[in-house]
Amino acid sequence: MADAVKLDAPKLKAKDFKSSQEVRWCPGCGDYAILAAVQSFLPELGLERENIAFVSGIGCSSRFPYYLNTYGVHSIHGRAPAIATGLAVSRPDLSVWVVTGDGDALSIGGNHLIHALRRNVNLKILLFNNRIYGLTKGQYSPTSEPGKLTKSSPMGSVDAPFNPLSLALGSEATFVARTLDSDRAHLHEVLRAAAEHEGSAFVEIYQNCPIFNDNAFEILKNPETRDEAIIRLKDGEPICFGDKVVVQSGYGLQVKDAAEVDESEVVVHKADVEDPAYAFALSRLSGIALDHTPIGVFRSVKRPTYDKGVRTQVDEAAAGVDRKEALDRLLHGGDTWTVL
Amino acid sequence: MNTVRQLDRVVIRFAGDSGDGMQLTGDRFTAETAKLGNDLSTLPNYPAEIRAPAGTLPGVSSFQIHFADTDILTPGDQPEVLIAMNPAALKANLRDLKPGGTIVVNTDEFTKRNLTKVGYDENPLEDGSLDDYQVYPVALATLTIGALAEHEVSKKDAERSKNMFALGLVSWMYSRPTEATEEFLRGKFKAKPVIAEANIAALKAGWNYGETAEAFAVRFEIPPAKLAAGTYRNITGNTALAWGITASGVASGLPVFLGAYPITPASDILHELSKHKRFGVTTVQAEDEIAAVGAALGASYGGALGVTTSSGPGIALKSETISLAVSLELPLVVVDVQRAGPSTGMPTKTEQADLVMAMFGRHGEAPIAVLAPQSPSDCFDIMLEAARIALTYRTPVMVLSDGYIANGAEPWKLPELADLPDLSVEFATEPNAVDAKGEEIFLPFQRDPETLARPWAVPGTPGLQHRIGGIEKADGTGDISYDPINHDHMVRTRAAKIAGVEVPDLEVDDPTGDANVLVLGWGSTWGPIGAAVRSLREKGVSIARAHLRYLNPMPRNTARVLEQYDKVVVPEMNLGQLALLLRGNFPGTDVVGYNKVRGLPFTSNELTDALEEVIKNG
Repeated sequence: MADAVKLDAPKLKAKDFKSSQEVRWCPGCGDYAILAAVQSFLPELGLERENIAFVSGIGCSSRFPYYLNTYGVHSIHGRAPAIATGLAVSRPDLSVWVVTGDGDALSIGGNHLIHALRRNVNLKILLFNNRIYGLTKGQYSPTSEPGKLTKSSPMGSVDAPFNPLSLALGSEATFVARTLDSDRAHLHEVLRAAAEHEGSAFVEIYQNCPIFNDNAFEILKNPETRDEAIIRLKDGEPICFGDKVVVQSGYGLQVKDAAEVDESEVVVHKADVEDPAYAFALSRLSGIALDHTPIGVFRSVKRPTYDKGVRTQVDEAAAGVDRKEALDRLLHGGDTWTVL
Repeated sequence: MNTVRQLDRVVIRFAGDSGDGMQLTGDRFTAETAKLGNDLSTLPNYPAEIRAPAGTLPGVSSFQIHFADTDILTPGDQPEVLIAMNPAALKANLRDLKPGGTIVVNTDEFTKRNLTKVGYDENPLEDGSLDDYQVYPVALATLTIGALAEHEVSKKDAERSKNMFALGLVSWMYSRPTEATEEFLRGKFKAKPVIAEANIAALKAGWNYGETAEAFAVRFEIPPAKLAAGTYRNITGNTALAWGITASGVASGLPVFLGAYPITPASDILHELSKHKRFGVTTVQAEDEIAAVGAALGASYGGALGVTTSSGPGIALKSETISLAVSLELPLVVVDVQRAGPSTGMPTKTEQADLVMAMFGRHGEAPIAVLAPQSPSDCFDIMLEAARIALTYRTPVMVLSDGYIANGAEPWKLPELADLPDLSVEFATEPNAVDAKGEEIFLPFQRDPETLARPWAVPGTPGLQHRIGGIEKADGTGDISYDPINHDHMVRTRAAKIAGVEVPDLEVDDPTGDANVLVLGWGSTWGPIGAAVRSLREKGVSIARAHLRYLNPMPRNTARVLEQYDKVVVPEMNLGQLALLLRGNFPGTDVVGYNKVRGLPFTSNELTDALEEVIKNG
C-alpha cells in the first residue's frame, strides 16, 4: 500500500467508470445527471479505478456506489462518514468519497457529518439535497421548507430546516461548495475543486426528485428566473448577478441593485478567507425560497487533516520497530518474576 | 523484638474515601506481592462517581487482595484484614470482615462530624462494638504529617501521602518489599520530585512505624507459591485484552485499528492501546459508539484488523453496524466488558447479563461468534482466538469480558512468543471465476468450500473492483438480489458459516469419574466455581466441572458432555441466560440455574453450599 494517493494519470474514460449494474432510479431523477457528471469527471482524478472508493449510507442517493466501477460500500443510514473515516485513516493510498442525502447526512447521520468535517478527514462528501425523503416515499426532510405538506405532515411541517452549508461551516469545514444537478459544467468544476482540496470537502448538490418534490429548485433552473436567483461565485471576482450585486451590510452581506451601489463597495469573493464568518454570511444570502442562491466554492482553506495526523503518530512510533521483539519487551517489561 | 509468624494465605482489603488513593495503594501492594512470588487475585470495588462527597458511604472505594503460598482462584470471600481510612470505610466494610479479623484504622478521621455523617451515634473505636476484632488504631494523617516535617511540601500534600504510610505499614506487617514502589513513585511524580520524595518518606515512615511501635507484636510471612516454572507478571483483564489485540496484529501481520468511545469499564483498553502505536496500532476516539464500530469496519474493509471495545450500552448502539458486518462478511472484533445493567445500571459493578444480547441482539438472522475469557490473563488468549475466527471466517466476533475480569488481576505465566499462532491472511489478488464470455472475473461472494468465508479483496487491488452493501447479495457475484431462494440460501449459509467455526472441545474435569452433577460456567465465574469445586472435593464430594469459553458456536462435544450427567448446575451473574441457551440447544438436559445479580462476583462459599445442595437433593 502506497502512503499517498497516486497521481500518475492513466487514460480512462467515463465509460470505464460504469459498473455492470442496471441503474435503478426513477425516470427523470436528478441522480442520473449527477452520476453522469461524476463518471465523466473521475478520469480527471488521474487515478486507477481500484484506488477510488465510494462509501454511502441509505437513501436514493446512496445507491450511487453500485453504479461506479470503483470499490464501493453501501452501508448504514447516516453512518457513511464514520465508515469512510476508518477507511481513509487506514488507507492513505485511496481517494475516498462519501455520497449522501439530506436525510442521511443531516438527520440520522448529523453527528458523523459534523465530526468528519471538524476533524478534516480527507473525504469528499457529496450531499444530494432534494429536500425530501424519497426512498421512504415522501416525508419531509431536515431541509424541507416549513409548512411542507407531505404524508407525515398533512397539516404542514412545523420543523425549521437546516441550511446545510451554514451547518458545515459551523462544523469547522475547510471546504464548502454548492452546485446543481442540472449544470454539468459547474458540477464538474466544483468536483474538481473538491478533489484537489486536502481534507474534508463538503459539496451540496441541489437535486430534483421528480416523484415526491418535483421542481423544488425550479427558480434556479427556469431560464426566466435563474439569472436573477443564481449567484455564481468566482474566486477573486466581484459578486454580481443579473442586475444585482452583493455588498457588506452590518454584520453580514446583502443583495442590492447594482445601480444603487458604487462598484468599489461590491464584495470581491475570496474562498480562502480564514474567518468562516464571511462564508457563513454568503450561505445566509439564500433563504428557503432560494431567491438569491450562491453556487460555487464558498470556502477553501488549509488545515492539517485528521487522517494524516493519526498516521504520522503511528508511523513515527512504528519506524524501525521489530514488532515481535517489541511484543516480547512489552510482555516482559515492568515487574516480572521467575519461578524455577 | 517482633515475632514472625508463617501464614499460607491472607485476604486484605484496603478501604477509604475515593480521594484517598486506595486503588493505587492496592495496586502497589499487589505488585509487591507478585514480586514475592505469591499467587494472588484482586478485586477492586469503587463508586462510579469520580469524587463522591468526601467521607460518605457512597464515596467508599476499596481494593481486596487474596494471596497465598498455593494457587488460588478468587480474591477471597471475606477479608481477614481491613485497612479503614475513615469511619465510612469502616462502616461500609465491617460486615464483610471475618469474625475476629484485624482492623487497621486511621483515627484522625474519627471526628464527631465524620461519625455523624455516616450515622455513627457513638465512636465505634470507643464504644466496645469492635471488641471481637483486633483493632490497631493509628493516627495516619498526624503521623504522616509529622514524618514529612522536614520535607518542603504543604500540609495538604503531606496529608495526601497517608495512603503511602498505610502501604508502608501493611507492607511491614506482611513482609513485602517496597523498593519497586519507591521506583514507581519516582516515575509517577517525575515532574514533581519533591512530591515523589515525600511519598517515599511516608512509605518508609509507615514501615518503620510497624517495626518500632510496640502495638505490632507480630508480623507475618507468606512464602512464595509453587507455581509452574516460567516468568510471571501480574496482569488485569483489560490490560491482557489490549495486549491480546496488539499480539493479534503481530500474529496476523495486519495493522490493528481500534475505534472506541470512552465507557466504564472498557476505557482502559483504549488507553492502553493508544500507547501501542509502535506496533502499527491505530486508535480513533470516535464521536460516538456507532462511529467507533463504523470506523473499525471501514478499516477492516481496507484490510486492517478492525476492533471496537465497549460495554453493554455501547454494544446496543453498535448493533446495526455489527449486522452490516455480518452482511458484508468482513472481520470485526467487538469487545463487551459487561457491567450491571440495564441502562446505566451500576457502571463500575460486574454482571454477565449481555450473553443473550451478544447471541441475538441484532436485526434479522445475524449470527456471530461469541467468546468469553475466564480470567484476567485468559483475556490475552481469547483475543488471539477472536482474531483467528474473525480473520478466518470474515465475521464479527464478540468477546464478553466483564468488570470483575477487567479490573481484577492475577499472576500470568508469560507465553513464549515462538508459540504465537500464525494468523496471517491471504487477500484476494486475482480473478476467481470466468464469465459466460470466457473472461476472467472476480466474484466477491464466491466462498471457500471449507470455511464458507468469502474472499477479502481490499480496495487498491487492481481488477477486483466490486461493490458490497447491506442489501441482500446474490451468492457468488455479490450483485443486489431480491430473489427469495437466494435470500433463504444466504441466511442459511451465513448461519452455517458460524456453526462451522472450528473451536476446541469442551474439557471436563471429573477426577473421580462417578459424579452425577456437572457444574458448567462461562466467563468470570471460572475462579469462584473452581474454588467451590475444590472445597467440595476436599470434603469428598464428587462433582464434575466444565467451563465454556466458546459460547457460539459451542464446542462440538457439548451435547455428549451434558448427556453424561443427571443435573447440570449453571451459576451465572444474570437471571439464567446460558441456561436458556442450553435448554434450547440441548432440551434433554436438566439445567439447574444459580443466579445472582448484585454487581459482585460469586463467593466460593455460597457456590459450595449451592452445589452441595443440588448434589444432596440428587
